[in-house]
Amino acid sequence: MYIIESGNVAAATGVKLSRAQVVAAYPITPQTPLTEKLSEFVESGQLDAQYIPVESEHSAMAVCIAASTAGARAFTATSANGLLYMNEQLHWAVGARLPVVMCVANRGIGAPWTVWNDHQDSMSQRDVGWIQLYANDHQQIIDSVIKAFRLAQTVSIPVMVCYDGYLLSHTYMPFEQPEQSLVDAFLPPFSPRHFLNPEEPGNFNTVTLPDIRPGVDGNMEPGYMEIRHNLQEDLRASLEVYAAIDSEFKEEFGRGGTPFVEEYRCEDAEFAVVCIGSLSYQLRDVVDVMRDEGIRIGVMGVQMYRPFPDEVIAKALAGKKCVIVFEKALSYGNQGPLYGDIKSTMYSRDAAPHIHNYIVGLGGREIKTQQLLEALRESCSAPESFNDTPRWIGLKL
Amino acid sequence: MASRDFCKMISRSTPGPGDGGNTGSWRVMRPIIDLHKCIPVKTQKMACFNCWLYCPDCVVTKTIPPTIDLQYCKGCGICAEECPADAIEMVDEGSLIVKEK
Repeated sequence: MYIIESGNVAAATGVKLSRAQVVAAYPITPQTPLTEKLSEFVESGQLDAQYIPVESEHSAMAVCIAASTAGARAFTATSANGLLYMNEQLHWAVGARLPVVMCVANRGIGAPWTVWNDHQDSMSQRDVGWIQLYANDHQQIIDSVIKAFRLAQTVSIPVMVCYDGYLLSHTYMPFEQPEQSLVDAFLPPFSPRHFLNPEEPGNFNTVTLPDIRPGVDGNMEPGYMEIRHNLQEDLRASLEVYAAIDSEFKEEFGRGGTPFVEEYRCEDAEFAVVCIGSLSYQLRDVVDVMRDEGIRIGVMGVQMYRPFPDEVIAKALAGKKCVIVFEKALSYGNQGPLYGDIKSTMYSRDAAPHIHNYIVGLGGREIKTQQLLEALRESCSAPESFNDTPRWIGLKL
Repeated sequence: MASRDFCKMISRSTPGPGDGGNTGSWRVMRPIIDLHKCIPVKTQKMACFNCWLYCPDCVVTKTIPPTIDLQYCKGCGICAEECPADAIEMVDEGSLIVKEK
């Protein structure tokens, strides 16, 4: 059934269809309507879950950690400074290998205070170890939430589903709401490998010494480094798992098929634009205009950022004359984080393209299609004349 | 889908003596009980046992006399602080090593 609703309601509907058992969240703009909708679902009995109001985002994630440790399917959502406030607990959730799912309605970070969209919040969490998915429209939000629960419980790694604050969270778009029976078949009940079980008492994540050591039963227990290595290996292996989950989703629901990157007019392109989030759809119009002018250009939206789908990206970009990376985030004192990742992926490859970096839309600064067009014309006319310094679009100095 | 065995390792141990490692090796001060001052020894009654109650590592026994498992005692000194009869003294491990030699 198609409904017309906001991106936040798309996310909440995905959580309801996924039968989350525990929801703990603290409201923050622009995520608030998502948590309001979820509390409505719980209050009206449409979602059989414990809704736990908490006094902060740190507590929201702590509750999700506790619920997930007890074996429940746990969900939370946040934005910007709220995400940063739960940072320490994010590390804990992934180190403890708990399949929590969280939505992030992307928003800029204060100071100075801002409530509008950019990607600095989730980008600043890229090295935590969580899987990061980015949605480009409302349909992808609801679908990604359902796939995120499946992925999280398959690989025992928490998943962040990110979407642009306001641009997606508060705009209304038609999207299909999948049948509950189909979602139930796709997302079987959750049975974690490790959980609090009185029949089998255990100490979880207590002090783990630098070296391996025998446990009280005489068996060797892994040290901190072994556990962290296992997380890294599992994260890399999650790429293949997500591809399989996405293709199964496509068979069942008829949507998807682009788990890692979504390409538009890239097949014969000399120039490729790369970005994250809804900006990639705005750039399609710019690409169409430039194609009409005879410039062979395409746009690629990155949908999974961590683990980084380096092989897919390298294959997509190899042989291009120039790759232009637009970013709504910055690794301050250096370059855009996606730019750095793409450059390091392409460095050792044959036919590595020139790569340019533009910073756009920080703190919700309007990104005009004309500005994107002008920047791309400049990049395409002089691919060799750029250095590593990112260029800022729409800056009024 | 990949048949990989995910989440093979987390920090999960079985509760029991020594599940935090051989913590006795951390100790720099050793608790020594003076049995002449110890209340349960003096009264021959199952009384006091503040040392047993307050020990954060459960290495003191509720027996007459109380004993301390030095393999796991970290030497925190809480038992000495809590003993109402002042029967427990914290002694430098270094001086004991010299004596043992």
